[in-house]
Formats: sequence, C-alpha cells, structure tokens
Amino acid sequence: MLSIKNLHAAIEGSPILNGINLEIKPGEVHAIMGPNGSGKSTLASVLAGREEYEVTEGSVTFKGKDILELSPEDRAREGVFLAFQYPVEIPGVSSTNFLRTAVNQVREYRGESPLDAVKFLSLMKEKMKLVEIDQKLLSRALNEGFSGGEKKKNEIFQMAMLEPSLSILDETDSGLDIDALKVVANGVNQLKSKDNATIVVTHYQRLLDYIVPDYVHVLYKGKIVKSGTKELALELEAKGYDWIKDELSGATV
Amino acid sequence: MTLSTKKDHKLVELFLSKQADLNDSNPFKDLKTVAKSSLNDTGFPTLKEEEYKYTNITKRVIDKVENYSSPQSIDNLAEIIKNNQLINSLDGYTLVRNNGLFDPELSNIKDAAFSVKPFSELDKSQASEIGSIETVDKDAFTALNSICFESGIRVDIPEGLIIEQPIVLVDFVNTDATGQCVQPRTFYHAGKNSQATVIEITVYLNESTVFLNEVAEWNVEDNAHIRHYKLQDGHKSELGVSNTGTEIARDATFTSVLLSLSGEMLRNNLSLNINASNCVGNMYGLYLLNGKTHVDNHTNVDHKMPHSESNELYKGILTDQSRGVFNGKIFVRQDAQKTNAFQQNNNILLSEDAILNTKPQLEIWADDVKCSHGCTTGQLDEEALFYLRARGIGKKSAKSLLLYAFAGEVLNHITNESFKNYCEKIVHERLGGSN
Repeated sequence: MLSIKNLHAAIEGSPILNGINLEIKPGEVHAIMGPNGSGKSTLASVLAGREEYEVTEGSVTFKGKDILELSPEDRAREGVFLAFQYPVEIPGVSSTNFLRTAVNQVREYRGESPLDAVKFLSLMKEKMKLVEIDQKLLSRALNEGFSGGEKKKNEIFQMAMLEPSLSILDETDSGLDIDALKVVANGVNQLKSKDNATIVVTHYQRLLDYIVPDYVHVLYKGKIVKSGTKELALELEAKGYDWIKDELSGATV
Repeated sequence: MTLSTKKDHKLVELFLSKQADLNDSNPFKDLKTVAKSSLNDTGFPTLKEEEYKYTNITKRVIDKVENYSSPQSIDNLAEIIKNNQLINSLDGYTLVRNNGLFDPELSNIKDAAFSVKPFSELDKSQASEIGSIETVDKDAFTALNSICFESGIRVDIPEGLIIEQPIVLVDFVNTDATGQCVQPRTFYHAGKNSQATVIEITVYLNESTVFLNEVAEWNVEDNAHIRHYKLQDGHKSELGVSNTGTEIARDATFTSVLLSLSGEMLRNNLSLNINASNCVGNMYGLYLLNGKTHVDNHTNVDHKMPHSESNELYKGILTDQSRGVFNGKIFVRQDAQKTNAFQQNNNILLSEDAILNTKPQLEIWADDVKCSHGCTTGQLDEEALFYLRARGIGKKSAKSLLLYAFAGEVLNHITNESFKNYCEKIVHERLGGSN
C-alpha cells in the first residue's frame, strides 16, 4: 500500500530524514518510535504534504501513485490521513461545516455524490459513538477551547468520518491521561480493517499496549536503525533509547 | 491657522460660493455661519495633519470633483425602490433620500409610531439640536456638511417605544459626469427606554465620481437601546466622508456595525460620548478592500462617568493595492472609574502591495479600570490552511473558509436576520465563496 524508498527530506536546507525505507501492507499497524528530534514527526509531515519540508531524494508511492507529486488535499482524497500532534484551533469555522466540506470534497474526488444534510448528520452520529465525543463539542468552532484530550478525540473522529486507507497518528498519545488514551486507542482499533493500515508515531511504549503494532521501527538521526515486533517496544521501554544509541555508536568503533 | 495649500483655500471658496445660504430666514443660519468661520480658519486637512496623515481625501476631492452644487433629484425612484431586493427583504420602515433630500412620498413610514421630519418642518428647539452633537469644530468635513446641507432628516423615537422592524435609511445617489457632491444630514433622537435598529445603505444608480459627505448625530437617552448598521458597498469612483457623533445617556446601549466593501476612498469618523454610568458602547467594523480602495476608520470613545463599558472590534482583509487605516481612541476620564474598555483591530493582508496603518490611542486618567487593546496584521494562518487541506479541502475553499470565519466575527454582531443574511452572502461571494 505504502512504499517509502530511500527518503531524504530537509527543512530550510538542514537534512532531517536521511534515507528512510519502509513497506506497509493493508491491514498492518506499524509503530515508529525514537528519541526527540529523530525525525518521527517530520516523516509524518512529509507523507501528509506539509510544504515547508523539501524532499531531496527518494520516493513514496501510495497505492501505486507517486504521492510526493500530489497536493496535501489530493493526498487526503487518495486516503492518507494525518492525525496532528497539535491539532489547530480554527475560530469561526464550525466543526460540522468543516467536516461536511471535507467529506463532500473527498467524495467528489472519488466520483461519489455529495452527502445531503440528513445523511451527513446520521453519519456523524454513528461515528461520534466510536470516539465517545460529545455532540456539544461539534457544535463549537473547530478545536477552539478544546482540552488536549478533546482535540485528540476530534482527530480520531475526523479519521472515522473520512475513512482513510492509511492513517498516520503523530504522537496522538502525548499529553493524554490514561482514560483519554484508552478512548482514542479504542477508536483507532475499531476503525482497523484488513484493507487499511496505520502508522503510529510515538515516543512512549504505553500507547502500544492499546494499539498493538505488527511491526516496530526505531528512528534515529533520520534513519530506521532497528525494526522488530512489539517486543522491541517493550525492550525500548525497559532500556531507554540510550541503548540504541550505544549500540549504534559501539558498532562504528 | 493658515491653509496649507492654495488649492485648499480654493476648495473652501468653491463650496462656499455655491452653497452657503445664510439668509435670515434660514433656521440654521447660526450653525452655518459658525461652520463657515470654522472652515475658513482650518481649511481642509492635508497629509500634514495627524488625523489625516494617511488619507488625502481633500486632494481627491479637488482632483475629481468639478461641480460643487448638488445633483438634481432622480426620476422614477418609485420603480427603482420597488425592484430593490435588499430593501424588500428588510421589510422595515424605509426612509428614502433622493440625492440627499428626504422624499416622504416614497418613504414607507405611514404607520410608524415614531416621527420623521425634514429639517424644514422642525420647531425651533428641535432645529437648535442640529449640530449640537457633531459640532463643526470636530472635523472640517462636518463643518462643510453643516454649511452645505439643504435639508436633512430628523428621526424622533418617542419614550418607551420599541420598534421591532428596522428603520432603513436609503440614500439613492445619481450624479452626472462632472463629479458632484451629495451631503446628507441626519439627526436621531432615541427617547428614554426606546429600542430600535437602524440600517443605513446607499444605492448608487451609476458609477460616476461622487463625493458623499455625510453627517449623522445620535442623541440616545436613558436606557435606550440602539443598533446601528451601515453598509458601504458603492463603486470604484466613490469618495466618502462619514461623520457620526453619539451622545449616550445612563443605562443606554449603542451598537454600531459598519461594513466597508468598496469605494475609491472612504473616511469614517465615529465617536461615542459615554456621558453616564451603566452605558454600553459597541463599535464593530469589517473592511474588505481590493483594487486601489482606501478605507480609513477613525473611532473615538470617551468615557466620562464610572461603570460603563465599550467594546470595539474592527477587522480587515486587504488585497491588491488597497489600503486600510485604523485609528482607535479611547479616553477614560478621571471620574470614569470601573470602566471596561476593550479594543481589537485584526487584519489579514493577502498581497504584498496592500498597506495597513493601525494605531490604538488610549488615554486613561482613572486608576481603577480594565482596558485592553491589541492589533494584529498578518497573512492567512498557514498552519490552519494546511490543517484544512490535510482533510481533503481544496486550497481555494480552505482559504475562503478561513477568511469567512475571520470576517464572521464581525458579521455575528448583526442581529437583524435579513440584513445579516444579505451581508453574509455578499461577504461570502467577495471571499471566493465555498460550499
């Protein structure tokens, strides 16, 4: 589904990603872990099309298409979803109006007819249950005055509404208490199917108790330096990232 | 003070020679005499004057206006009114002015419980109040209007009257190619415990150069609640100066919402005198500027007594080579303890050539007050734009959604549904309307 080959990216001339290779198949959950500054969020941003990042080398194909050529909106319409680490507060834009615009533009791209107000609202009601999001929140401006947990729930709610085939959760767990974390993870798990894939970018192993990954990759200095199964995450939790750093520097001595 | 340029002096002379009617029979002879002497002293403002340093409306008038007398009245206005969708949708008491002069026949005020009179029908005491709020020394253009107005409208809302339907004052303007002047004058008196919404619009029947020099005065008595909406959506050859003065008595509320959507150069002076306690003065403005449109909003709120509040929010979206000016003065006098005064001016510049000058000016002599002010000028929020696009919303609609949300904060202060819908629609279209 997603194939990343030798991906290099830079921001304002300084390289952040230095040759990422990653293959993701439908139905899989991949966790990307790593210390601060290793390039985790950059990878998520490059996949979603954030324009500040310049891809200097390599390729990314999604369902056979070169997505690096596509605008952020077309990537979303193709089925890529980024759950933001810091969801943006947008005063004056109602959550409902925003989502309806998004859902219908995605449908239009896919050659489907737009949802009318009634159908849209019933879809919203159905998906709201998944993430236990309060209807009152959705009658407010997008993310405005939401707590950290509410914002993250809203991200998962939007994901549920847009039904992406590849979801990238960028540190969705950071700042959440355990109750909010469970709700978010539960939402993600319910949306999982054999046809869609998930990339979980996280700093902490904790989230992976609830969203169980098929593969765990460790990102360090812009490269995947270690890959394994969920046991790798537990090992990282026990030993810390210094273990990886030591192992890498040891290898070069 | 000497006049700064010869042309200035010429302009004064031209206006005075054509229009000053100082016959003894004119009930406004005193006002006009004082105005004339004031204008003779000050001349018209140039860029050297602090209050007009960005807005050389004097020069524009000199360059564009060739005919200083008023245009003739418009024929077939009845038909035009009948076909005006906005007026029909507002379904209010319509006050019609034909090139500056009140037309009672075409106005729709037959069942009104308030009174509307042309200046010629005022008694002595009513006439003496004209010019008492917006005094001639405040602004040269107020002085000019005071010299030149041929008539005017006085609206009296009696004590205790609550008017559900809006009062809609429509200025129909039709000038010839010589660049003419229209100088409407209005006086509103809102009696104790009265409540009303007044909507002011100007309808241009052509796009000839015109200089619209308006003065409006408001006497808002105890516990009266007034909402005043003004829509400036003329054409590219419109020069305009609008002076609005307001006296607010105890427990009264005055809310102004001003939308400036087009014109060549517009200058709006709005001043609220908060003379008592428990008053609320609200000033909201939205300016959407493109092409070479230049809009200058000067506001002034003067808190004289304790326990009152003022709220101000002006927002602008500027593109092309347009220019916006905002100057917001807040005075809190020594007696005005426990005043709450808030001011915000936020702007989005969409092009590199658009210019905005903003200046908050607070003078506070009382020591127990809450006052805040802030101004921002920036581009569209890139982070918000990316967020919307990452959800599949195209760049153009995402921009439009964000701009409309920005403008909406001002539009939300319009409580008359029909007028709000109309304004939302035109603002939406201007901002590249999505969905």
